[in-house]
Amino acid sequence: MIKINGSSYEWKEISLFSALETLGFDPARIAVERNGEVVPRAQYKDTMLRDGDVLEVVRFVGGG
Amino acid sequence: MSGPTRQELRAALVARQGERRTRLLEAATVAVCGLGGLGSAVALMLARSGVGRLLLFDFDEVDISNLHRQQYLPGQVGQTKFDALTHNLRLLMLGTEVGGQAVRLTEDNILPLLSPADVVIECFDDADAKAMLVDAVLSKLPTVPVIAASGMAGLGDGNEIVTRRLGRRLWVCGDGASDVSDQGTLYCPRVQLCAAHQALTAVRLLCEAEQ
Repeated sequence: MIKINGSSYEWKEISLFSALETLGFDPARIAVERNGEVVPRAQYKDTMLRDGDVLEVVRFVGGG
Repeated sequence: MSGPTRQELRAALVARQGERRTRLLEAATVAVCGLGGLGSAVALMLARSGVGRLLLFDFDEVDISNLHRQQYLPGQVGQTKFDALTHNLRLLMLGTEVGGQAVRLTEDNILPLLSPADVVIECFDDADAKAMLVDAVLSKLPTVPVIAASGMAGLGDGNEIVTRRLGRRLWVCGDGASDVSDQGTLYCPRVQLCAAHQALTAVRLLCEAEQ
């Protein structure tokens, strides 16, 4: 089980990049925390999610 | 016109927040990236809190449409936001040292320009630029915390503006959803709420109230 923003997913062998794409996140406008550590954008494709991972994805929206 | 001296102003601050916290804040360098509704307010709040050195970054000029929300005066229309805010900070006479420059921050210049900072505050308006800055600071500056903002447009409930922490070095203030392109515009009080969350997080970090 992989938890992303409080929802659980039964994915096996999925990269962080694919998971984000599947959930409709734009990789250019987010920050991702995985098990308490922020994942650099350059590592999204090489980061394989594992059973028990807990992720928080924060979207950046315009305005400031 | 005579007002209090620099020494009198410092003594008044020490009387309120103590010598230890005043020294911690005086020793700090904070980079404010983007000097619009968020950044201009954040810079003034940090100066009033006694932060010793601010590095200001914005490539833009003051426009008439900024005056209802940002910390500039009508006579400053056409000046760079960097020059105008530097001037407004000096008027406070709080001894804040001001650095930085009128420049667009990119992945290529972030390392040299932001490496002197103890804390980086992301105050851009563009979502891609926000994410780029956060990623670049976390990737290239191995110890520097970054305080970002996402979601402060429109007239939603102010209580939706919160500060979230991700990992050890990232804080994100805002409601996380209110995009200016959906909401149509930004309102001064809601933007300042978000700016206050950012400035407070910086002061908490610098005073070691937050680890």
